[in-house]
Amino acid sequence: MQELSAELIRKKYLRDEMWPSIFCNGCGIGNVLDYTLRAIEELNLDLDEIVFVSGIGCSSRLPGYINADGLHTTHGRAIAFATGVKAVNPDLKVIVFTGDGDCAAIGGNHFIHAIRRNVDITVIMVNNFIYGMTGGQLAPTTPIGSRSTTSPYGNIEPPFDLCELAKVIGAPYVARWTVSHPYRPIKSIKRGIEKKGFAYIELLTPCPTAYGRRNRLGDIKELWKWYDENTILIEEYERIMKYGSDEEKERASKMIKIGVFQDIEKPEYFEEYYKLIDRLKEGGK
Amino acid sequence: MRYKRDPDLIRKVIGRKVQFVMGDTACVYGSLLAGCSFFAGYPITPASEIAEEMSRLLPRVGGVYIQMEDEIGSISAVIGASWAGAKSMTATSGPGFSLMMENYGYAIMSETPCVIVNVQRVGPSTGQPTRGAQGDMMQARWGTHGDVEALVLAPSTVQECFDLTIEAFNLTERYRHPVCVMMDGEIGHLREKVVIPDEDEMKIVDRVVADKDDDFLPFDVSKKTGRKVPDFPTFGKGFKVHVTGLTHDTRGLPATDSQEEHEKLIKRIVSKIADDRDKLTMVEKVHLDDAETAFVTYGASARATEAAVERARKEGKKVGMLRLKLVWPFPIKEIRKLADQVEKIIVPEMNLGQIVHPVREYAEGKCEVISAPKVGGEMHTVEEVYRYIEG
Amino acid sequence: MIIVNEDWCKGCGMCIERCPVKALEQSDKLNRRGVYPPRLKENNNCNYCRLCELICPDFAITVIPDENLLKKTVKPKLIPVRRVRA
Repeated sequence: MQELSAELIRKKYLRDEMWPSIFCNGCGIGNVLDYTLRAIEELNLDLDEIVFVSGIGCSSRLPGYINADGLHTTHGRAIAFATGVKAVNPDLKVIVFTGDGDCAAIGGNHFIHAIRRNVDITVIMVNNFIYGMTGGQLAPTTPIGSRSTTSPYGNIEPPFDLCELAKVIGAPYVARWTVSHPYRPIKSIKRGIEKKGFAYIELLTPCPTAYGRRNRLGDIKELWKWYDENTILIEEYERIMKYGSDEEKERASKMIKIGVFQDIEKPEYFEEYYKLIDRLKEGGK
Repeated sequence: MRYKRDPDLIRKVIGRKVQFVMGDTACVYGSLLAGCSFFAGYPITPASEIAEEMSRLLPRVGGVYIQMEDEIGSISAVIGASWAGAKSMTATSGPGFSLMMENYGYAIMSETPCVIVNVQRVGPSTGQPTRGAQGDMMQARWGTHGDVEALVLAPSTVQECFDLTIEAFNLTERYRHPVCVMMDGEIGHLREKVVIPDEDEMKIVDRVVADKDDDFLPFDVSKKTGRKVPDFPTFGKGFKVHVTGLTHDTRGLPATDSQEEHEKLIKRIVSKIADDRDKLTMVEKVHLDDAETAFVTYGASARATEAAVERARKEGKKVGMLRLKLVWPFPIKEIRKLADQVEKIIVPEMNLGQIVHPVREYAEGKCEVISAPKVGGEMHTVEEVYRYIEG
Repeated sequence: MIIVNEDWCKGCGMCIERCPVKALEQSDKLNRRGVYPPRLKENNNCNYCRLCELICPDFAITVIPDENLLKKTVKPKLIPVRRVRA
């Protein structure tokens, strides 16, 4: 990894004519792209065998910046489009970039059903707690009390924890990290791409323009610090819940858990489907 | 892509050459022979039989059937599959068709070949699920937002459900534009004789896959003399194509701030269909040569209309029928010609009057244009249609 | 040395903030976007850990290790471990 330079990534993976990106100063979506490309490089994958699929939102602009096949689709539908691509050509690696609004709100149904079927796609969800592209409206992931343009008096809706959701429906790989610590996300994305089945990697990504500003979290440096201070490793969380004092438990329960939530093996949908096709070809029923 | 069209296998899976089947089943047979290898759908009356037959037959010919979580997911998967190289299709009815409208527009904008079968039922809303109607004819044309053209077929018989499904695949592959097959509940559930043509009697069109030149531009047609349809860059072949529903330039990259790029793109997408209007026109003419009164109709309504025309002819009345097999793009020339010839055009439809509007528009006041509506899930009777001849 | 692709830099300053040896600072020259891209301080403490390159969201920094000037690497914080204390 140390040998891979930004210059090399630029030459090998990016569409030069699209850069610099449209992302705001301090936005972490560029980091998500960086980590994904580094994971691909480390896995030594051929870019022509990968299709990047996305929906609508800031994060969904990512495929346009990568010099590879990209499908920038409609709001919330990225996972459904990806299912179609994977069905017809299971040899392709399909990576979905989606946001918290795209994945948890309008696309929630496709998300849970793709996990239920266990379709072999890697979903990289950029969670910035807000609808960034439309100007900072309330998202299903916005923490209670946060202000957005559509929760001007503070949010009273409980937010969604998509990692917990993905875990209970049985996604083979579920992880959440912050973009402020690069090595873990890269490792998880690698693991996710390699995983036969649905891999869900959520990256907590600062949005200084639409979220940070309204919630007085300060500039990007303060925001990164906020993420460092308000996240807790799952192992640490579990330790505290077992052995910690009441005060520790109280504090830990208010933090966002990060880490690998699930890493299991399960039969993949289209592998099973093509087995069925073969069985029928041999005259089976 | 793992699927390869094997005509012998498909014929073996379909069975006998002459069958007595439902319109829905005939539609499935047609799609299999056209080389459809991906179907995504969601159960809905009266289109469920298409999904059922697909789930049974498609894996047998090596294709993939998937029941998605809703109709939006279905059309999404269909578009994704098309980009991976498959001829793909979905089938639904009115409520599902409404849900598909956004991605129908996406398929038009991204120039994705795919077939949408709509076995129409009585609406609006849940309406009369088990009863047929023709209430979505305007939705297929204008239902998605923005400036679009549409390719819409309307079968009148079970044999046509088969034939026009194949035609739908040929059109969608040729024009890189989604095609709607607007069946109706009556035709979908009607059982009639279907004759499966032999391989050499059929015409199957496959999409033109792009060559990998060094200066390949995915949405550029400047090298193609007179043709406005770009060659198809299948995913996974190294084209590095970016597909987006945003206004895009010839490279496929977003050009959301450019008035010129948008105008250029949309005019090309619209005119690739509109320019070929006369070439595309598919009509059937019944006793029109000396007609003084003409019916213009399509789909199930044409069945009673044809009987009414025959009855009128027996009585010596100069009545004819123009049946639209391809409703959109609208056959302007045929309607103009007809309006010059006849004194009265009657448009029987199983709705409160939809296709009567373009007929009236292109008759340009040269003859009387009357709507002959029937709603509530029942077809016109011959008697009802006949009465309109007298006025 | 580091190469800064100045036109791509949006001036978020995370490279400066997170550098474990505080080797970077803002330059005094505005780029086309009207921000000050980073540069190495005159007294060069860089140990080529490449964290700035890794966390730059705009692919704007490339670190080129200089073998002759290799210093003891100070590892950047790799794992986000946070102890919760009441």
